[in-house]
Amino acid sequence: MEDSTSPKREKANQDPREAGQPWEEVTAASSQGLESGLSEPLELEQGLETGPQPRSPPQSPQSRASIPLDDLTGPGASYPPSPPQEASYTPSPPALARQDLAVPWPSDKTTSVNPEAGTPHFHHLEQSSDKGESTASHTFQSEGSTFRQSQQTKHHLYGPEDVNYNNSKQKELRFNIFQDEDSNSNYDLDYAEPGVSELAPSMLEITIQSAKAYLQKTSSKSGLNLYDHLSDMLAKVLDERPENAVDIIESISQDVKMGHFRKKLDTLQNENEMLPTYEIAEKQRALFLQGNLEGADQELEDEIAENALPNVMESAFYFEQAGVGLGTDETYRIFLALKQLTDTHPIQRCRFWGKILGLEMNYIVAEVEFREGEDEEDVEEEDVTEERDDADSEADEDDEDQLPRTFYKTPQAIPKEENRTGANKYVYFVCNEPGRPWVKLPSVMPAQIVTARKIKKFFTGRLDAPIISYPPFPGNESNYLRAQIARISAGTHVSPLGFYQFGEEEGEEEEEVEGRRDSFEENPDFEGIQVIDLVESLSNWVHHVQHILSQGRCNWFNPIQKSEEEEEEEDEEKEEEKGEEPDYTEQEVGPPLLTPISEDLEIQNIPPWTTRLSSNLIPQYAVAVLRSNLWPGAYAFSNGKKFENFYIGWGHKYSPDNYTPPALPPVYQEYPSGAELTEMDDPTVEEEQAFRAAQEAAVLSAEENEETEEDEEEDDYDQE
Amino acid sequence: MGASVRPSFSEGLGGEQGWPKALRGRGPQAVSGILTALGRAGLWSPRRQLLLATWQALSRALVTMDAESLLLSLELASGSGQGLSPDRRASLLTSLLLVKRDYRYDRVLFWGRILGLVADYYIAQGLSEDQLAPRKTLYSLNCMEWSLLPPATEEMMAQTSVVKGRFMGDPSHEYEHTELQKINEGGKVFEEEVVVQIKEETRLVSIIDQIDKAVAIIPRGALFKTPFGPIHVNRTFEGLSLSEAKKLSSYFHFREPVQLKNKTLLEKADLDPSLDFMDSLEHDIPKGSWSIQMERGNALVVLRSLLWPGLTFFHAPRTKNCGYIYVGTGEKNIDLPFML
Repeated sequence: MEDSTSPKREKANQDPREAGQPWEEVTAASSQGLESGLSEPLELEQGLETGPQPRSPPQSPQSRASIPLDDLTGPGASYPPSPPQEASYTPSPPALARQDLAVPWPSDKTTSVNPEAGTPHFHHLEQSSDKGESTASHTFQSEGSTFRQSQQTKHHLYGPEDVNYNNSKQKELRFNIFQDEDSNSNYDLDYAEPGVSELAPSMLEITIQSAKAYLQKTSSKSGLNLYDHLSDMLAKVLDERPENAVDIIESISQDVKMGHFRKKLDTLQNENEMLPTYEIAEKQRALFLQGNLEGADQELEDEIAENALPNVMESAFYFEQAGVGLGTDETYRIFLALKQLTDTHPIQRCRFWGKILGLEMNYIVAEVEFREGEDEEDVEEEDVTEERDDADSEADEDDEDQLPRTFYKTPQAIPKEENRTGANKYVYFVCNEPGRPWVKLPSVMPAQIVTARKIKKFFTGRLDAPIISYPPFPGNESNYLRAQIARISAGTHVSPLGFYQFGEEEGEEEEEVEGRRDSFEENPDFEGIQVIDLVESLSNWVHHVQHILSQGRCNWFNPIQKSEEEEEEEDEEKEEEKGEEPDYTEQEVGPPLLTPISEDLEIQNIPPWTTRLSSNLIPQYAVAVLRSNLWPGAYAFSNGKKFENFYIGWGHKYSPDNYTPPALPPVYQEYPSGAELTEMDDPTVEEEQAFRAAQEAAVLSAEENEETEEDEEEDDYDQE
Repeated sequence: MGASVRPSFSEGLGGEQGWPKALRGRGPQAVSGILTALGRAGLWSPRRQLLLATWQALSRALVTMDAESLLLSLELASGSGQGLSPDRRASLLTSLLLVKRDYRYDRVLFWGRILGLVADYYIAQGLSEDQLAPRKTLYSLNCMEWSLLPPATEEMMAQTSVVKGRFMGDPSHEYEHTELQKINEGGKVFEEEVVVQIKEETRLVSIIDQIDKAVAIIPRGALFKTPFGPIHVNRTFEGLSLSEAKKLSSYFHFREPVQLKNKTLLEKADLDPSLDFMDSLEHDIPKGSWSIQMERGNALVVLRSLLWPGLTFFHAPRTKNCGYIYVGTGEKNIDLPFML
């Protein structure tokens, strides 16, 4: 029974609210007006309940008698004397129902509602009469076993208010607002009659009224009032019948208030929305458990792993001094994830490189160096593409129709640098969130770096996302990410001067270029630099990652040399150079390794680095902080002895100017323009004669030199 | 149809916009009668009151970082990697209290940090006691000594729009900009190069104002509008639900609506006038100028503006915790269309 009735009852509860609403809108600021508006719903409900029940005259005296305060009629005298109430009252409920609900009330429903719906009203009554400190309520309670009686009494309680409304002009005005236009007259009539019919109100009634008036005072902020709120709450309690309602009454109150801001339409709720939360928690749980899983017999491996694992938290502490870095919590999870990485891979050295923000997800980047001999080779994508090119050209040759052939020779791809050298010195692993699997990035190819310099795209967070750009980027997002990591590393990885030194076993003669060495080692004799010196002079910082040439490699690759040796036809140029002089390519030279950053180029008068002390308050323990202005988000710190580099940002280089995509190349020449295609004027007679004379002279000389015969013949053809 | 006590607001047209539902469709006499009655009571001064009240409410809202909840907010916003060093944090907590006392602000909010080449600007905003005045913006270079910035004007905007490049970190630094000015002399018009000096302080004011207008956001439902126009903090706001938090339409620009008035009636049909009274992020131009991400296993939603990189908005779904912080170079990302 409850199930079937509850929605309708809810409707009954809501409708008065709707009806009452316009009142509040108009009278939001005037509290006085509100009382009248708000007693309205109650009146209405009352009408609904009582409406279908035929009421017999004898009942009313009985109920009236149940108010023992008739003799206290002090102020009540102001109300006009009234005809008997019942006569006028009986018609009013249907009228009310018609106005406000405009829904005929099915009788079966009403009967089912009545027993329950009566209860909240009884509550109201009880409440208000309690305030009135009268015995009347007790009388009701004792007699209250019959609902009719209590309902009847309510009529009496509300009666005087009806009179109030009609007496004040202001309120009448509001009645007009409240109602639909056509029902105006009807409504007023209905109200006027019971009001007039009321007898003089008692002291209790006055008290009740004032208490109710107080309760119905509208909040100046929310436009609600306590009276409505309480009745809503009680209706809700009775609707839902929760267990131990008294214990959760605060949250019911909260719910009712929040309900005003909730759309009633949103009945469909996604129950599964918590699933991803659990999923990631489950994954991260594995991180926290990994320490326990390892047996004690793996001590050796652990030892190596620990050597490989960086102290992320310590670096994070120093970066926090600089005001950079992820939260402690996130850093720790990354720490654990790195531990997982070093435990599961043969890693010699590992470093938390940084975090690259993406549109959908972010990348956490780990820089690792595999142990000797453990490199996992990538699939050579480069070779695959080259082979495809060859196949295409062969097909062209076989073509008998002699389609116009392209004269464009794809510049020979600059081979990528070997692992452990140049831009591929380290291997990078990324994951979207700590706990998610680490993915190894492919090694970078020079062409990717070259193209990456020309484009500016946001990362999405999905490694397999295509890069849609001009010029077209060779590869997907994982390649782009790898290229940007290489560029950022090359540009921003710096260390204090003297921390690293060149390896002694690496002979200079091994490199073709003088002074270029690509290997360094930690300087065991490094004694540290004063922090203040690190802040004051940029020349105390050096790059320890090789500069990437515009070729896309760190170590210059001479394409010409190779072409002479291997393929004679396919001589080509570097992409950067216009390449009209195939036999000479200027070697690109970048700054050598361990060059002080004071020699970095300015970005249009903007210094490339900003240094400062982490704290001016306690300088003796502060660390030197270096911020790159070329790669916003790249930071380095050093406390004199230790240093670390860190990047967090979108992975884009700074430029004060707008990004401009490169212009399209000029349209390629379709065929070679030669003499046979060029239009020219017909020779004049004089010119022909002069030409013939010249020919004859030539013939004469040809007789002397037999080799020129062929030329003569050709000339004859031309003349024809 | 389920009605509720929610203060509903007319979605009517033109002149009737903003009138309570009860006034719609009624005869002019009735309406004017009501208005007169209300006007006599001093309650109805439509536009003006609405504007004032908006400011009042907006400034009281729970957005940006309140000095008291600074630590929690910084922790929540730390995913972007830009925080405050411990000494800055400590000095902020101290000095903002003093600012609050000395300037007699009701509340002081930490707004963010603009990275300069030499020094950083730390920005705070103060809400004055009468709540009606616009926010006052203060800046500091050392987090202890705060200086008041003048309010932004149209003129400033125009003047500083030509400046590009990084902030220096010196408020008295002057950018030089040469522009061609037409000079009329004796009927002859010729152009002359004039060097305009623009103070960095002016630029700072203008940038902060631009950022506030363009990308200051709040979750839907954190504020609500009463029928008369005043906008209040929704005390029952318990945060967005998880599914809502993933939608851009659940976030609003924290400013006077611009787009809302241009919407068709059809588009407005689904809007709840008490809640949807500001522009949502959904139709921001260019499309995709926000990156919305769930972090910490859906326990935190982070919105990053791509138009003003450095602005991070955070909100923990189903809690009241939300706010935004700007840590960046103070430059707009005009390359955005190429980058998406």
